[in-house]
Formats: sequence, structure tokens, C-alpha cells
Amino acid sequence: MPIHQNLNIPKGNALDQPIGRVVPAPENTLSADGLETARKARRSFMGKALAMGAGVAAASKAAFAAPAGEDAILKLPAHTTGLGQGVATDGYGKPSKWESNLTRRESPGLTRVTQASVSFCPLQGLFGIITPSGLHFERHHQGWWDIDPSKHRFMVNGLVTRPRVFTMDDLMRLPSVSRIHFIECGANTGPEWGNVALPSVQYTHGMISCAEFTGVLLSTVLEMCGIDKKRARYVLAEGADGSSMTRTISMETAMDDVIVAWGMNGEMLRPENGYPLRLVVPGVQGVSWVKYLRRIEVGDKPYATKDEAIHYIDLQPDGQHRQYTSIQECKSVITTPSGGQTLLDQGYYNISGLAWSGRGSVKRVDVSVDGGRNWRTARMEGPVLSKALTRFNIDWVWDGKPAIIQSRAIDSTGYVQPKINQLRAVRGTRSVYHNNAIQSWKITENGEVSNVQVY
Amino acid sequence: MFRCIDMKSLLHKTARTRRAPLVAALALSLLAVGPVRAEKPWHDIGRDAKPAEIAAWDIDVRPDFKGLPVGAGSVDQGVEVWEAKCASCHGVFGESNEVFTPIVGGTTAKDIETGHVANLLPGKNYPQRSTMMKVATVSTLWDYINRAMPWNAPKSLSADEVYAVTAYILNLAEVVPSDYVLSDQNIADVQKRMPNRNGMTVYKPLWDVKGKGDVQNVACMTNCATEVTLGSFLPDFARDAHGNIFEQNRLVGPVRGSVTTEPAPLTLTAARAKVTGGAVASQAPKQVDMKALLASNSCTACHGMKAKLVGPGFAEIADKYANQADATVYLAGKIKQGGSGVWGAVPMPAQAQLTDAEVAAIADWIAQGAK
Repeated sequence: MPIHQNLNIPKGNALDQPIGRVVPAPENTLSADGLETARKARRSFMGKALAMGAGVAAASKAAFAAPAGEDAILKLPAHTTGLGQGVATDGYGKPSKWESNLTRRESPGLTRVTQASVSFCPLQGLFGIITPSGLHFERHHQGWWDIDPSKHRFMVNGLVTRPRVFTMDDLMRLPSVSRIHFIECGANTGPEWGNVALPSVQYTHGMISCAEFTGVLLSTVLEMCGIDKKRARYVLAEGADGSSMTRTISMETAMDDVIVAWGMNGEMLRPENGYPLRLVVPGVQGVSWVKYLRRIEVGDKPYATKDEAIHYIDLQPDGQHRQYTSIQECKSVITTPSGGQTLLDQGYYNISGLAWSGRGSVKRVDVSVDGGRNWRTARMEGPVLSKALTRFNIDWVWDGKPAIIQSRAIDSTGYVQPKINQLRAVRGTRSVYHNNAIQSWKITENGEVSNVQVY
Repeated sequence: MFRCIDMKSLLHKTARTRRAPLVAALALSLLAVGPVRAEKPWHDIGRDAKPAEIAAWDIDVRPDFKGLPVGAGSVDQGVEVWEAKCASCHGVFGESNEVFTPIVGGTTAKDIETGHVANLLPGKNYPQRSTMMKVATVSTLWDYINRAMPWNAPKSLSADEVYAVTAYILNLAEVVPSDYVLSDQNIADVQKRMPNRNGMTVYKPLWDVKGKGDVQNVACMTNCATEVTLGSFLPDFARDAHGNIFEQNRLVGPVRGSVTTEPAPLTLTAARAKVTGGAVASQAPKQVDMKALLASNSCTACHGMKAKLVGPGFAEIADKYANQADATVYLAGKIKQGGSGVWGAVPMPAQAQLTDAEVAAIADWIAQGAK
């Protein structure tokens, strides 16, 4: 149905329009009781008369007792007048207790057992491009472990002249790189192929995180083992956990930028993210970033493992499944404001979001506030890195009218992030994986932001 | 270990060159700072893998059956293993949709002929894809069971047992008859009868980083659409399906989470009052994280939130004792001391690691409905 009649979305709802004067609402100055009085007053006939002037002085005597200033300033708090805590109260620091709303969360009903499940990263509250390690999204296929690093071994075998075994001591002696990359589950945004299913960006896009990973390039290790260059076409990566996750990776990718990583954001990997060793396969869906990495096998044919022949296959409209879909194509999403949030007032907002591409770097991000009719180019914050999250921001003045905000990323190959109906026209609605559609958030007059699909 | 820069080989090399000492020193310093020969200075870090070690870990089986061990197992043997180790999650006939998606179902004799599962076509609207509807390669089934099953004891089956369980699944899907004995000798014949063997396409552009995707948009900037169509939105009844989003957002900043456990406020003023109101804004939400408590004490290894895994689901326990007045005390006792017989023969061990407060919290949570 045409939406603009119902929602009355103005054209070019942007900075070029007059900016409304923002007046502090009585809600900001009234006590709860006073607020209720004011509400009742507004509704009643007498209230109307009062509001017109006659009784204002009387009413404000009780409710509007004008203070000299705000208590937050005038009444010095305990932390200003007392002694704070000492160093190392907490040997490993934690976020403020006031931030406890921002946690990884499961999506109810998505999976049936927690050991083969997902927890979503709270993108709605994050800044910049680095995901705090404790908020990094999780995906386990058969539960997670905290493995003794001194007993962990890494093996390279197959089409190599020297099959080798490495301890963590060995690996960590090798020349290392530290690089910032995003990791995105192939099923991120998957529940939205058919229709809107999820309320907030945590659940629509939270199977993505971005970290600085430290490790040795897989190419360095493979060269040490002597690849049979005539026959080697693929590598198989295998994990040491119960699921022994296995994924086929092309030799070209393996020799390019794949990292055998132990470090994440300056410390060792978290157990939920594969401690002590995981594969980092930049630009490729998360399932290939094998955790608890125990083995790389060099081979001449793909392996059709359980997670590339039963799971992580994309059903197409012709009834065929696409196998070995790996690349996470260019995608973006506005994280503030986003679904499930309420704008506190009309006026200025810094629309902020994330963009990324598995084929390179983000070249440009455009933002629309009128459902895709008109677009403006956003500011990209540095650093803009290949196969990493990129933060974008753009100014917006909300006039209190319904709006639909969207972001559209373009990557270094010139690829433009598609609309959901463009994806559906080619891939249908049952693909599950690789949904990189433009995300639309609808803002209604009450300030609430919700998830919609428009095209 | 670090052989390539050990002094003996270096001296040997220098001696062979018969150059002046200065040149030798230069060569040494070059070696120290950069590669001057094919082998890098770290070349010999690590050690050779021993054949037995490779054999222990190199368990993958490829579609061409490279890696498949010798062995055999009958459908009948498969039934035995299945009922003892697999049926509790997958159902007796592999069709259960309770703990995991079905393994068997949705394939036909016609599919075995064509190698395409007809129920995958869009018009069929088949509700739940089973493993047998998807998998094209029998090697994958074998490798899956061998590497990752049973769920709570992966890699505990012998090769013959893996053949037997695979044979049972194939029999349930009517790929092999009930008197079949699957082995490394005949598995290639079975491959020719896999119902979805022709159902896979390798789509190169999504495999190759240099590929060009199949869906293209253009970066139009102005007057791009004459009409904006609202294709889909979240229905009101799903407003709280993911809990109260207010509690999933920061308590300061330009926005708050919406209170999704209540109907949407009618005006911006009302919405702002709701999310910034004194009672709401000052709360620092801190309740016992029950899920974390259950997970960190391995309760969830045996109990599902709703359904039975090894022991009953928490919701099932809650149902059973819903009308028992002393449920909290009773359940606390069971958690602390363990027990068996109420839900089956498998005993629950005593959970001595839990503090009294934790036991009380868990028992109370279950008694309140395990939600």
C-alpha cells in the first residue's frame, strides 16, 4: 500500500528545513504528581480555562515551585563529597553497573538448545567500530569450552611436504600481524527474508562484531610446511570442540589474508570466541572462522562438510541450494536511532550507523529519511579499513512527523547495497543466508522507532 | 628447533663461501634482519607431525570418499545404536522436530530417481526442510555422525556404528532396504540414490572475493521512488516478543528503549514521560541472571528451558509442581541432594557446588514457572 498518505512523510525532511525551537517539556521540570495534575488540567474544561491564564499562578505554586537550579548541580552528590574506591578493586575491570542493559542476548524461539545457538551483539548501544570483547556475538555449534592453551595443538597436513604440529608456544613465536576485521554470521538478518520478524537492531543485525585480531598469517604457516602448489586448491579448517567444525576455504583466500589468530582486542581470544586459537577469514561468513582451531588440511577438492552441505546452504527459488556461499556482501545499518528505541524530542539527531563489505572497503554511505526517495551522503569516520566495520554519521532534524530512515552502502568494487525486494526478485524468500538488504526504520509521531520493510 | 639460524650451519655456510671475514659478517647481519634465502628464520619452528597423530585427527571424509575408513554396518545394527544414543533427541524415526530439525521426511521415490527433492520447490510450501531433503552427498552424513554425534558424546561411535546409523537413516528415507548393510564397498552406489544429489549449485560469485554479486542496486540520489510501499512491519502482538526493549538500551543518550511490554504511547510527550519517568530512569536493572547461573553450573547441559534433554525441561518441572504449595522447598532439596525416578531412570547428581542462595533462587524461579 502507498505509505505516504497514511504516514504523511514530507519530502526532503532534512537540514534545509526550518529547525523548530526545542522547548523543555513540562515533563522535564515537573514531579510525577505535578505531571499528573497538569495532565488532568489539560483534559478538563476548567483546565483549559486555567491554562489560558487565570489559574497559572495558583497551579504553579504547588507544581511549579521554581527552584534556583537543578538538584544534580546544587546538591553535591556523595561522589563529590566522599572518598572513592582504591585501585585494583576489580582486577579485571567491568563496565559500569549503569550499562548492564547492554548485553548479548538470545532471540527467543530462534534456536532450541543453548549449545547450538546464537547470542546477538547489542549494536544499538555501541560506538565506533570495535566491539568490546565481552559483547562480541556468539555462535556455538556444540557448546563452548575454555581450553588449556598449553595442551592445545595445531596441525597442518594434506598436500604439504612437511606435515607439522605447533604448540601455542610455537605459534606465538612466529611473525604476527594485528588487523581489524568484521565477522558476520551468514545468517545475520536471515529471519527477515520473508517479512519483518525482529524488533531491534540487536536481533536484525547483531550477528556481527568487529575486533582487532592478532595472529600469524596462514600463508606464513603453509609456506613453512611446503605446499604442493601443483595440486593444492583448497584448505579445510577444523576445530577441536565436539562439533569439530570444518569448512572449505579456497587456496587463493588462504594465501591472501587469512590469520591463525590468538589475540582479540589486545588480549587473548575469549573462550566463547575460540580461545586459544581461531581462524580469521576476512570478508567470509563467520562459520568459516573456525574456533578452537586444531587443523588445516591442504587438498585438491572441496569437502562438502556438514556446515557446507546440510547447514549454511542457500535455498533458491528453483529448488536448488547454493553451496559454498561465503562472501559477506556490502551492507549497512543505522544503529541510532533504530528499532525499539524512542526519540526523546523533536529537533537535531546525529544518525549513526555501521557499514561493511566482505569484498573490500566501504567507499560511501548514503542516508535517506523519506523512505528512499531522496538520499544524502553521510560522513565516514576513520579509520576506513578493508573488510572492517566503518562508522558513519549524518545530521538530521526531526520535525516530529513520520519518517522512514535508511542507509545504503557502496563498497570499493562499486557494488551498491540492494533493497530487500531486489534481493527477493533473484533469491526468493527462503535463502536464510546472505541477506544484506537496506534496513528501514520507521519513526512515528510518538517518537517510537520500529522495523519496517519499504521499497 | 631453531635450526636455520643456528651458528653451526651459519659457520658452515660462511666457510664454504671462502670470502673475507668482513663479507661473512655482512652476510650474518643480513640474515639477522631479512630473508636472504628461501627458508625464513622461523622455518623450523614446530615439529613434524607423526603418522599416528595425523591418523588420529585427519577424520574428514570427502564426497569422493577420500578419508572413509573400511567398515560396515546394517540397518538393524543402526536401529540399536539409534534407539540407545540418538532417538532421545531425533525421535525414534528421525522425524522429531522437538530438539533439532527433522533428519528424515519430505523425500519420495521419485526424488530418488531424479536426484531433486520436489518438496523444495516454492509451490510445495513444505513446512520444515529435513536433513535428507537437503543433503546431496552421503559422505556428509557419514562425516557428520562420525565427527559430531551423539550430541553429548561426539566421536564416541566406532566406524561400524557410524555405518550402521547412516544405514538406518538411509533406510528411513527409503534410500536403502531394511536388510541393507552399508559399507565402504557399496557407499558409492548409495550416493547414486541420494534424493537431493543433484540439488546443489556452486555459485562462484559468492565464493570468490573478486566475484560480482547477482543482485545489483543503483545509487540514485533524488526522486528515486514516486511511491514508498510499506511491505512489512512488526505486528502489535509481537511488540514484546523479544522482551522489554527498554531494558535492552542505555539509560542516557539521545534515545531510550521503548517500553514494549505496554501498548505504544499515543504522543511523543507520553512516550518521553514513559521512558524518562523517575521510576523508570533511576532503575539500575540488576536481577539474578538465571540463564547465566544455570549455564555456569552445567544445569543446561541436561535440562532444556522448555523441553527434555537428558532430564526434564525447566518448564516441564514448573508445570508438574505448579500446584504444589511447598514446591520451592521441595525443588531446592532435589537440586541440592540430587535424585532419580521422578522423571526416568537417569539420576541427577547432587549439585553441591551451589550456594544455598543459588539453590533457593533456582528453585524459586522454577516454582514461579521457569520463565
